[in-house]
Amino acid sequence: MTDPLDRMIAAAQAGRMSRREFVGRTTALGLSAGLASALFTKAAHAQPKKGGLIRMGMQGGESTNSLDPALAASEVPFAVNYTWGEMLVDVSAGGEVVMRIAEEVSANADATEWKFKIRQGVEFHNGKTVTAEDVVATLRRHTDEKSQSGALGIVQGISEMSAEGDMVTLKLASGNADLPFLLADYHLVIQPNGGVDNPTEGVGAGPYKVVVHEPGVRHGFEKFANYFDDTIGHADQTEILVINDGTARTSAVQSGQVHMINRVDPKIAELLKRAPGVQVKSVPGRGHYVFIMHCDTAPFDNNDLRTALKLAINRQEMVDKILGGLGSIGNDFPINAAYPLFDDSIPQREYDPAAAADHYAKSGHDGSPIILQVAQGAFPGAVEAAQLFQQSANAAGIPLEIKREPDDGYWSNVWNVAPFCASYWGGRPVQDQMYATAYLSTADWNDTRFKNAKFDELLLAARAELNSDTRKATYSEMAKMVRDEGGLILPMFNDFVEAVRDEVQGWEPDPNGELMNGRAHVKCWLA
Amino acid sequence: MHPVLTLVVQRVALGFLLLLAVSAVIFLGVAALPGDTAQAILGQSATPQALANLRAEMGLDQPPLTRYFNWLGGVLTGDLGTSISNGTDIATAIGQRLGNTLFLAFWAAVISVPLAILLGLVAARYNGRWPDKLISGVTLSTISLPEFVVGYLVLYFLAVKWQLFPSVAMVFPGMGLMERLNAVILPVIVLVLVVLAHMMRMTRAAILNVMQSAYIETAELKGLSPMKVIWRHAFPNAIAPVVNVVMLNLAYLVVGVVVVEVVFVYPGMGQYLVDHVAKRDLPVVQAVGLIFAAVYIGLNILADVISILANPRLRHPK
Repeated sequence: MTDPLDRMIAAAQAGRMSRREFVGRTTALGLSAGLASALFTKAAHAQPKKGGLIRMGMQGGESTNSLDPALAASEVPFAVNYTWGEMLVDVSAGGEVVMRIAEEVSANADATEWKFKIRQGVEFHNGKTVTAEDVVATLRRHTDEKSQSGALGIVQGISEMSAEGDMVTLKLASGNADLPFLLADYHLVIQPNGGVDNPTEGVGAGPYKVVVHEPGVRHGFEKFANYFDDTIGHADQTEILVINDGTARTSAVQSGQVHMINRVDPKIAELLKRAPGVQVKSVPGRGHYVFIMHCDTAPFDNNDLRTALKLAINRQEMVDKILGGLGSIGNDFPINAAYPLFDDSIPQREYDPAAAADHYAKSGHDGSPIILQVAQGAFPGAVEAAQLFQQSANAAGIPLEIKREPDDGYWSNVWNVAPFCASYWGGRPVQDQMYATAYLSTADWNDTRFKNAKFDELLLAARAELNSDTRKATYSEMAKMVRDEGGLILPMFNDFVEAVRDEVQGWEPDPNGELMNGRAHVKCWLA
Repeated sequence: MHPVLTLVVQRVALGFLLLLAVSAVIFLGVAALPGDTAQAILGQSATPQALANLRAEMGLDQPPLTRYFNWLGGVLTGDLGTSISNGTDIATAIGQRLGNTLFLAFWAAVISVPLAILLGLVAARYNGRWPDKLISGVTLSTISLPEFVVGYLVLYFLAVKWQLFPSVAMVFPGMGLMERLNAVILPVIVLVLVVLAHMMRMTRAAILNVMQSAYIETAELKGLSPMKVIWRHAFPNAIAPVVNVVMLNLAYLVVGVVVVEVVFVYPGMGQYLVDHVAKRDLPVVQAVGLIFAAVYIGLNILADVISILANPRLRHPK
């Protein structure tokens, strides 16, 4: 083997090189892509070392957190639930459905009836075996409004569920080709008897057992000896420390008290890269920072005005200044290359003050200032982003006025209430779910009041379509509708910026969520 | 009854009255907030029927006065209710957090109070000379910096750069005492730096004030060493103002350290309160508010009592 190849294998082993980068560089050396990919898998997964204690320091936990998966709403509960819980299926970093408690999934021709074959011999921490009944009971609990489950919107489309032997059958009111992706939702942790008896018990079929549960402080776990999958869960113990202060988090990873942290401030990412023993990882995800206009409220009910504002934002400047370059520009629809079936041929909208001024004149707006409501908590750097927007819009002759709102109550009093404000979306695993959550006419969270019958029709048609070429074409058409007629101004997609210590091995970027979609501590091992 | 005893009993009784008044104010304040606990639990999906049911179940349909006395009765018997955001028993949750806060405050006080008084005595002894200026200069700079800046400086040098102590001051049940002390060493350092100046300056000022008195001149004239004059004659007469400032600082160590808790990820009361305020968890906010008020009032009464006892004119009335 040549020297550069050895070096790259070493880099892959240390987790310093992503699969894409590795394949790109090794194929340049003359290796075939398939061989390169296999080599990466071998290098990156070279003999995981068992044992030890992996610690993650995370923002996104409060002392009000519960172990009930139905109530999970922030990053720490997500990661905690993935540690003790196991899902029916999972979504891989590459965007494919991965079998977990289910070992086989099949659908009928119009995707209205799904069958999940339950893996034999998977055990809960209380010694009971996971049965098809447990799976059905879990899904059923989330359909009950009393459970206050965040997954209600996902499971309420299931009209009939039944368990027979090791087979779970789900019948849908209307076809949905994405059902397995939806069932990978972080709320749908399979619990004994669905968790009906005691939802906060913290007993699941996951790789680790709950030992310490101090919400807002610390979550401690130890390896579950009878876990069914020995390719993950390498450490004997793992801990999640809740460190909400940015500086405290960075110091903790620098001083080696934790092995990984989430949410490195883009402003300090460059500086942290220079710190010894720490690597900064920037992972493109599906999250995006947005300014949203209500399409049904004056003056935003005028598409020329909406288009003028979309043309009056300088996207590249936002990525450079607000994200410190750790992100990518958006194109006014909520989908990017991290989604399956993304159409990259849709033309990019650029900053064009002249065209913006034209549309603004055509809209016949009376010239009174357009009020943009924003709070620092809408997204990191939201106020600064609004100021940049104000300047670039002024250059096009559009008067924007920024109205600062308090963080407290922003999500209940301003977002989804005010006609023009800043917001943030974390993205969803598949396009259908993203559009259904926020762009369908009847969606509760339709925060742009985008109501288009044609769009709704296309969404339902794509949902039941099993042919991926047809689906891709439909999604492309829908994207263009949101881009050209919607109320969404989407200047940027933010990366997940994380810091990982050198001794952590097996780290791979995952666009599904922070810290390998909340599983870094389960999938990595210590050198 | 000895007049001093009467005074002390009066003070303590007044304190309890004050606490009762504070509890009423807290209850009224929380009750005056828009929406109630039932609404907070049910959220935006609340139907009028569900609201009425839950209110009846929680006793929220009763007149405020009844609810106040029910709550007060619960508090007196150690029942603070349950948290609405995660359904845990508030008394248990607070018990642990309060223990952590008191642990941190205790060690900060054990170091800072004697140190501040000693430095104050030394500064008074060398009034206007370099030891005085050095002590005042250093302590005044540490108090002038916001506490999070002191926190970050300490964090950067002691935890990240030289890696002497852990940056995350996480303590949990089952930790040994030495382990615990090692964990809290950085926040203790920060708190000591923050409270030192106030107490030191007051000690110095109070002693310098007394030093003008005739009996100090007498003591000097009879040939006592300056330190002995301060220790034997000036300090006992300067105790009252010093005790008051010490108690104010102790109260701060218990109720005002949320910033330090955040910087060092210390699981104390401050962080607990902030989380629950953000979630509109009113029963917890009420309970924590009452505890903070009790600590504050209690320490102030203690200061009053000590000042009374330290006053010879009150101890030996004519």
